[in-house]
Amino acid sequence: MFKWLEKNLPKIVMAPAVGLIGWFVYGFVLWTLYISFTNSKILPKYELWGFGQYEKLWASRKWLIAVDNLLIFTALFLIFCVVIGIILAIFLDQKIRAEGLLRTIYLYPMALSFIVTGTAWKWILNPTLGIQKMFRDWGFENFTFDWLVDREMAIYTIVIAGVWQSAGFVMALFLAGLRSVEDEIVKAAKIDGASLFTVYWKILLPMMRPVFFTSFVILVHISIKSYDLIVALTQGGPGISTTMPALYMTQTAFHKSQVGLSAASAMMMFMAVAAVIIPYLYSELRRENAR
Amino acid sequence: MQDSLKSSSYQQLEQKSKYTNMFLRWFLYFILILFASYFIFPLYVMIVTSLKTMEEIRQGTLLSWPSGLNLESWAVAWGGRGYGAGDTFLRPYFWNSIKMVVPAVFFSTFIGAMTGYVLTKWRFKGDQWVFLFLLFGCFIPFQAILLPMARTLGVLGISNSVIGLVLVHTVYGIPFTTLFFRNYYISVPTELVKAARIDGAGFFKIFFKILLPISAPIIVVTVIWQFTQIWNDFLFGSTFSFGEAAPIQVALNNMVLSSTSVKEYNVDMASAIIAGIPTLIVYVLAGKYFIRGLTSGAVKG
Repeated sequence: MFKWLEKNLPKIVMAPAVGLIGWFVYGFVLWTLYISFTNSKILPKYELWGFGQYEKLWASRKWLIAVDNLLIFTALFLIFCVVIGIILAIFLDQKIRAEGLLRTIYLYPMALSFIVTGTAWKWILNPTLGIQKMFRDWGFENFTFDWLVDREMAIYTIVIAGVWQSAGFVMALFLAGLRSVEDEIVKAAKIDGASLFTVYWKILLPMMRPVFFTSFVILVHISIKSYDLIVALTQGGPGISTTMPALYMTQTAFHKSQVGLSAASAMMMFMAVAAVIIPYLYSELRRENAR
Repeated sequence: MQDSLKSSSYQQLEQKSKYTNMFLRWFLYFILILFASYFIFPLYVMIVTSLKTMEEIRQGTLLSWPSGLNLESWAVAWGGRGYGAGDTFLRPYFWNSIKMVVPAVFFSTFIGAMTGYVLTKWRFKGDQWVFLFLLFGCFIPFQAILLPMARTLGVLGISNSVIGLVLVHTVYGIPFTTLFFRNYYISVPTELVKAARIDGAGFFKIFFKILLPISAPIIVVTVIWQFTQIWNDFLFGSTFSFGEAAPIQVALNNMVLSSTSVKEYNVDMASAIIAGIPTLIVYVLAGKYFIRGLTSGAVKG
């Protein structure tokens, strides 16, 4: 008995973690999946109802707006974060004075919650007292910047705040990538007469493929899950113009009490994340095994 | 003659490239400082706004300097105005967050250290799959577990309580803490462990005598990561708690959204800073570890 205990101690120590994750992650996802196939309203019902909730979901105007917003947000968020991140990383890589200070400034938003930064941006972007007023007081009397209250443009304010929060993180990833390249490669290219621009464009950036891949996965992941920022900045408004899937899910579940429908939306989000993450995990694992 | 001509033209060329270099250098700093001001701008606005009176806010611009060190809005944000109903302020919620963060960080870090230790030093058949099984938990969108979690907390009788949030944050922190410790311990030579085993040291003795003494850096990374994530969480906090048990981010959001009478932006900004200050301090003091955690586990949105 004691022998058995000693032999299996490592597995016994592992058991709580595996059990908790098995129950709270896998079990719960399966439960949500099951409920998405039922006609549950306030309370879960357990008889199957087929794909009804998914049909309802994709016929809902609000969900379609949410998906639309997600696509717009993801595209712009990705492009701006990666471009700004790469520019900052390359510039910081030029033996800059006060590099540490600049890096700290670029990255500090990552330490703050989206609620905190959303509150700040909401104040900055509000037309009556924010940026718009600032420019008007400076003498640009026709200056208008009221995206926050404009149905068409409000989604872009979320992009502004989101990029501000996450661009520094892409910078950190690329800076770490650039620093891990051997100096010899750059030196050799320079001796061959390559300009600094060519060195980066033709040699270093192509070597950063894994970093691009990682940034892509992380940023898409952040954007699919984005919830806090929208709550703090627009609450999905004006109207429902800045709804995104994560917000749709919680509103449908906890305000509208449409449990089945919200489970269906949660499963759509789950599948979107899985489509990005599974190839990523697979390639990471292969890389590790090849080592 | 020809030689000197050659060298002078070379000098000219060098001179020219020196000028372009200098120009590039200035351009470089210009862009870097431009972006730095973009990043610092909201923080600056938050701080100066929190120090202004409402009168100053209406008259000045976002950037204008406050007339003095007016700390009243800070006092209101932290301790309220002293009248009863409807007076929301951050102090009780700040303590809620502390009570939630400390045990949740401790438990998730401890469990992560144990699983990381087993997965690298007591390897068994199929351990890679167990790791993958745990790792996937880093990536799931939490919307997919919100509904059953809400019901579970209800059944356990700990919905709308700090204890419930401790449980939630501990569980969903395990995949990250496991990832951190596993990746750290994998680079520790297994020979050390094998030798200790031959000497008759047991499972826990090896952990506490060999692994733990060299774990300081990864413990710091994990604790900072978990602290930042849990402190900044809003989704779980707002879904599983309301009223008196709410953590600070939820309270901040309620304060800012409450549409009673006149909007007091100075109080809003002071509240936002109060809610952000703990993680900001950690970032400034231990930025290196923060970034290490970020680059190795930043998949959580």
